[in-house]
Amino acid sequence: MALSSRHLLGLQGVPKEDIQTILDTANTFREILERPIKKVPTLQGKTIVNLFYESSTRTRISFELAEKRLSADAINFSISGSSVSKGESFKDTIKNIEAMKVDMVVVRHSAAGAPLYLTKICSSNVINAGDGTHEHPTQALLDLYSIRQKVGRLEGLKVCIVGDIAHSRVALSNIFGLKTMGAKVSVCGPSTMIPRDISELGVDVITDIDEAIQENDVLNVLRIQLERKAREYFPSIREYAKYFGITQERLDKNGKDILILHPGPINRGVELSSEVADGSSQIILYQVTNGVAIRMAVLYLLGTLN
Amino acid sequence: MKILLKNVDVIHPEEKINLKSTTVLLDDGVISNIGNVNESDSSNAREFDFSGKLLVPGLFDMHIHLREPGREDEETVVTGCNSAAAGGFTGVACMPNTEPAVDTAEVVKFIKEKASDHLVDVYPVAAASLGRNGEIISPMAELVEAGAVAFSDDGVAIKTSSVLRRAFEYANMYNAPIIEHCEDESLADGAMNEGINSTLLGLPALPSVAEDIIVNRDILMAEYTGGRIHIAHISTKNSVDLVRDAKKKGIKVTAEVTPHHFTITDDAVKSYDTNVKMNPPLRTQADLDAIIKGLKDGTIDCIASDHAPHSIEEKESEFQFAPNGIVGLETTLGLSLSELVHKKKLTIEELINKLSINPRKILNLEVPKFDKGSLANFTIFDPEIVWTVDISKFKSKSKNSPFDKRLLTGKSVAVINRQKMYYDGQWIDLTTA
Repeated sequence: MALSSRHLLGLQGVPKEDIQTILDTANTFREILERPIKKVPTLQGKTIVNLFYESSTRTRISFELAEKRLSADAINFSISGSSVSKGESFKDTIKNIEAMKVDMVVVRHSAAGAPLYLTKICSSNVINAGDGTHEHPTQALLDLYSIRQKVGRLEGLKVCIVGDIAHSRVALSNIFGLKTMGAKVSVCGPSTMIPRDISELGVDVITDIDEAIQENDVLNVLRIQLERKAREYFPSIREYAKYFGITQERLDKNGKDILILHPGPINRGVELSSEVADGSSQIILYQVTNGVAIRMAVLYLLGTLN
Repeated sequence: MKILLKNVDVIHPEEKINLKSTTVLLDDGVISNIGNVNESDSSNAREFDFSGKLLVPGLFDMHIHLREPGREDEETVVTGCNSAAAGGFTGVACMPNTEPAVDTAEVVKFIKEKASDHLVDVYPVAAASLGRNGEIISPMAELVEAGAVAFSDDGVAIKTSSVLRRAFEYANMYNAPIIEHCEDESLADGAMNEGINSTLLGLPALPSVAEDIIVNRDILMAEYTGGRIHIAHISTKNSVDLVRDAKKKGIKVTAEVTPHHFTITDDAVKSYDTNVKMNPPLRTQADLDAIIKGLKDGTIDCIASDHAPHSIEEKESEFQFAPNGIVGLETTLGLSLSELVHKKKLTIEELINKLSINPRKILNLEVPKFDKGSLANFTIFDPEIVWTVDISKFKSKSKNSPFDKRLLTGKSVAVINRQKMYYDGQWIDLTTA
């Protein structure tokens, strides 16, 4: 089964069959990750550049591991700050890297749309590893995969994304992916962190965390940014934790089983209490393992397309 | 030399002139006769056949950026004027956000001197505050004396209500309008219009209310001080409504709109093409519809391009890091005819008011007269010609236009002003024998 696009820029508009194919392929790679020898020769001879314009440890390591386990040659290229401060334009950097004959580019960038721009100026397959507050498709795919593995389905499942929706690329990709797969999606967080027009995407808005817990089968809890700029959107960490943090007490009050995801890294005591972060409802580290399998699946499907 | 413009339709809404297929005779760029040329007078004249073309008072763009002094790599006074002439304009007002800003008489004179030999009249708009910092008002008396026609901190709104008040009070001594780029700075940290598209594209957003708040502030202050406010590049439905209501109350407010704000919406940003990044940003269809309505009912007085040249290397970057603005002088007439006249939103007379008469009135400039002995100040255009925009043919030094390859109906054929003529890519000195 081949994918309908040679790039993965986001989950907006990606057909259900493609997502299905990626999740099913990830299953195969997930089995390989349990073997004593975790490497397959699938992408031998392919060169993949991890182009990170924004610091990210876990996403980069996850991609790098996926590439190495597929026997591709992985190169890491990290640039902090925008191309403006660097002195060389984004376009020139891309042209230079492409001149070294690479097959695929995994790109993380603080500016939304940078991966799309990349597809216009170079001929490699492009995978978006997070662009601004736009999309982070492999994170959403691994979330979908993890939910499907744990619950057995996505269709008809009620999933709530909790936290700073307005400034999250994980939220947007999750909304697109989950809705395509037939889940019922809602978002929960302070109103200042929810885009004004979000309901046009067909998601419900909840501002009471207890209601979010009560009404849903799955919570995907986002990391709250604590930098100065992001801090303008809520009064205090204490208030956030008190009114939107997931605690064991809140979960117990609800009485039914709920699955908790978190893309990491966690702010313990803020969006998740330590008890919940280490508790039986969460699948945080399971997501991390699945992340490698999902990225192997995406790299494999795109890398063998041509 | 004498020139004879034959078979041309002459329209001057202000002077109630509307002549079909007539003849115009100029002697050394001065009007000899319109409509009643006898053969003996025109015997040795150079003839131009302008059948099917319209001759109107020279078009005027009251909001352009010439970039000189400071960014001569993007545009100079001369290349900007060449672009204006090619687009059908005989006069422009240029904005003060140069380096240094236009906040001294020397800079005003420098710009006027650079344009002194050109066909196109250049009227500098000076900074409203020193260095456009929004702290102390500029030396307005001296600036007016040097040739400034209005005041603006364009690029941003005047920072505080107190400086705005002083600017109105001081500028009003010279009947000079304050031109405002209306945007609340504290809400302005965005790259596109806030709405479903900004959510889908993940781009930092600029809410329409940021414009409305300052439009409202400025109208209130204009009323309080009796000053004249001109709203630059109006872009939202609420702002159009605010201006309409203020006009009804007799407040001295005028407004302009750019061709891009009545032609395309924020749907165009889906490509992340930096050539659709501008400030104010492209808005929604509802805003666009309100703008067209405002143009029709007179709420919006004029059309101005906000011609904003940018270098290729600056525009060739990530969307949110790219500078705002597009070049517009060479597409304004074509877009206005295509989107407004041919779609029956405005009559040709209404369009000429908005592209020629009203901007001059707002800036206290004389409207070109069509009587014997007056210096000819004409734009001659073909309203029906279908052409394709080609940025590589722009006379502007910069090429940042989202309208490349767009099919337009209507284009300038010639301009005449200051005893010069620009026709078919040629500069003709009308004073030579």
